[in-house]
Amino acid sequence: MAGRVAILRQGRVLIASLQEALGDSDILGLQSDILRDVIRHRATGVIVDVSALDVLDSFGTRTLADMAAAVQLRGARLAIVGIQPDVAFSMVLMGLTLTGVATARDLETGLALLTGAGE
Amino acid sequence: MSPPVLPAEQVLRIARDGDIVAARQAGRLMASEIGFSRPEQALIATAISELTRNIVSYAGTGRLSCRAVQQPRRIGLRIIAEDQGPGIPDLEAALRDGYSTGNSLGLGLPGTRRIMDDFDIRSAPGQGVTVTVTKWTSC
Repeated sequence: MAGRVAILRQGRVLIASLQEALGDSDILGLQSDILRDVIRHRATGVIVDVSALDVLDSFGTRTLADMAAAVQLRGARLAIVGIQPDVAFSMVLMGLTLTGVATARDLETGLALLTGAGE
Repeated sequence: MSPPVLPAEQVLRIARDGDIVAARQAGRLMASEIGFSRPEQALIATAISELTRNIVSYAGTGRLSCRAVQQPRRIGLRIIAEDQGPGIPDLEAALRDGYSTGNSLGLGLPGTRRIMDDFDIRSAPGQGVTVTVTKWTSC
């Protein structure tokens, strides 16, 4: 069954945009949907757009980090884009840093990062 | 500027995933009514998210209450998360970064303590957990 987060495709890159009122099970659903789609579409990159999120807590951060690690094991790359300034500030104070996960300020920059454009 | 009218206390039953989302939205709204800045609202919403998830993950059900507290020169938001679950055997360990008995980062409780101004936790094995945190406005 498809999860609550729509996954779009642009070339070999998948794009998932998280909505504001996302529950834990939705994020877990996205994790398995993304891996399934990476394999199905032979994706080389995944962008997770979190610009609509006003909270990224320890569970959300860990799930995103797990997602990035699993995608990398499939030979693709995952970038998280659009972390809001307030969210970033609160993550740092919480001790949640997403070390080793690619991030970009917005969708466009994230796409350029994953497709190598503009480097 | 006239002092804000303080919002009424809210008590929410926490039993599942969706309650975590509802609780942090309610808390954020209350924080904004009290006059907290947007970064402070994000901290409060994050703390509520952590505390309510602990209820769902470790106790199954519990409740969260949010109320405005007033002192002569400042206003605060006090959040109490309580459950009747198995409790925490080693409180000191639970407050250390990276300690977790579940499948988590172990940053929820110590992180929450860092981002709130006052933090109090009470628990004993078999007696549930009560966490009380307060954030004060900077004015």
